[in-house]
Amino acid sequence: MSDVVICLFAAAGFDKAAQGLTGAGRRLADSLGVPLRAVVIGADALAPELARFCETVVVADKAELAQYQPETCLNALTRLCTELRPRAVLFANDTYSQELTPRLAHRLGGSAVGDGVEVRFEREALRVVRQVYGGKAQAVIELKRAPAVVWLRARSFAPAPPRAQSGEITRAEFEVQADARTRVVERVREEQGESRLEEARVIVSGGRGVGGPEGFETELKPLAEQLGAQLAASRAACDAGWVPPTWQVGQTGKKVSPELYLAIAITGASQHMAGISEAKTIAAINTDPEAPIFKHCRFGIIADYREAVPLLREKLAALRK
Amino acid sequence: MNILVCLKQILDPEVPARDFRVDTVRREAERGSANLVTNIFCENALETALQFRERAPGAKITALSYGAPTAEDSLRKALAMKADAAALVVGDGQQNPDPLTTARVLAAAIRKLGTFDLVMVGREAGDWGAGQTGGLIAEELGLPCVSFVDRIESAGGRLRLRRQTDSGWEMLEAEPPVVVTVTNDEHNVPRIPKVRDVMMSYRQPLTQWTLDDLDINADEARAGNAYYEVVELFVPQKETRCEFVAGDTLDEKVEAFAKRIVEVTSAL
Repeated sequence: MSDVVICLFAAAGFDKAAQGLTGAGRRLADSLGVPLRAVVIGADALAPELARFCETVVVADKAELAQYQPETCLNALTRLCTELRPRAVLFANDTYSQELTPRLAHRLGGSAVGDGVEVRFEREALRVVRQVYGGKAQAVIELKRAPAVVWLRARSFAPAPPRAQSGEITRAEFEVQADARTRVVERVREEQGESRLEEARVIVSGGRGVGGPEGFETELKPLAEQLGAQLAASRAACDAGWVPPTWQVGQTGKKVSPELYLAIAITGASQHMAGISEAKTIAAINTDPEAPIFKHCRFGIIADYREAVPLLREKLAALRK
Repeated sequence: MNILVCLKQILDPEVPARDFRVDTVRREAERGSANLVTNIFCENALETALQFRERAPGAKITALSYGAPTAEDSLRKALAMKADAAALVVGDGQQNPDPLTTARVLAAAIRKLGTFDLVMVGREAGDWGAGQTGGLIAEELGLPCVSFVDRIESAGGRLRLRRQTDSGWEMLEAEPPVVVTVTNDEHNVPRIPKVRDVMMSYRQPLTQWTLDDLDINADEARAGNAYYEVVELFVPQKETRCEFVAGDTLDEKVEAFAKRIVEVTSAL
């Protein structure tokens, strides 16, 4: 009972989250001097990439696991982890990982914690650093039972260097215990184009002060197109129904890490800032000079966005020439 | 249809960062002048339950909380919002029990209250934000669980659960009993109770138990740290100096702002 295991869903591909998760797993395994193992759920797609970084890769691609079903997937992961007997099981921060982590810990007799931004072993126990109180404070949490089952803010972790020798890929051969008490019957994607907000390099984001869906449509959208940016929003704008919930950035929304985050009419409550702590540069347009957003900005302008954004588009077009 | 909704009372998460302090020794936030409120996602859960009952008359909603004696206020508010019954487990130990302790206490209270087709909790709380209560209650009760649900409908003897995912949404069909965790959506913004209903709520019965009334290891629950423990809590000092772009007119300011944006983005 000593290895570190990372669990990934094949469908997401080897994205920044998968790379960060692999890096976090590698460093944790190295600190213990134990092998890093990967479990890929759903298909064998990710296995060759992961084999470059892990000692072994277990592919769980039974037909019952091709499409995510919460109960069935949990049964399979419980079975796999019981066989592997790991000391730590790490996941990324996608919907499915967040959903399964505490339940898997319970079934393995371990402890779970989520949204980790740092992980390290202190003697026998895993310690995890995470934001609490809506991003206003940070806590170090010590997991008291083993294994430690943790989901990480995976994109915040540096990737791992490839190993000299490729790892061994095996296929998990076991009877998957299907459970039909719940069943996903429909899946709908509501993303903007093909790209994901978490991977965006420039983000134009609007808050309560935008005042309605029209502001997003007539002002923010053209600005985003001009900057090659993706659109996002604060919780207030999503709750008002102005934009879809998938646009929400913050403590309970997406955690983003763009080069530029342009916050328009967003006050900057700590819950929102918790989602953009990894942004390289934050800039803001806001009418209120006391708005907390300005405490996190590299540069800002005190103005009504309705006046500033049309002008900004003109200036940007002129500068780009 | 018997519905149970768990509610957690927390320190108002809207308290501005400049007024927020932590006690690094006790590893808790200082109360200061902040109000105690019901966690928003718990209220989203209650609102979702109330709307479900409007479409499925005869459904009964029980609100349950585990916390300090002040958590009674959260339950009175739930009654004012028209929950049918309320129960409070008063904790007399660790103020911030770990997620497994919380789940075990709530699961024991749920068993004592009866049988439920639907157990609802908020996706996470605005204080510690662990996001584990729903999943762990499901395991304690041996039930399936669906997370991040924002709408619930009944379809014959089954439930249709719409839930948010990273890239959009999914529809699930569930055979009750089932545990769901609820997230926010434009349709489940909690209603404001009428003043009259708030007054009436104080005349309604409210079940109160202590940890000793439940079929659990009460001493372990009081210690509340066998699963995990907060070993450090601090407020990170991180403030950037904002450069407000210079200019006499808005036109000049926006020009300077545009130049800064081009600087940052031209390398991309």
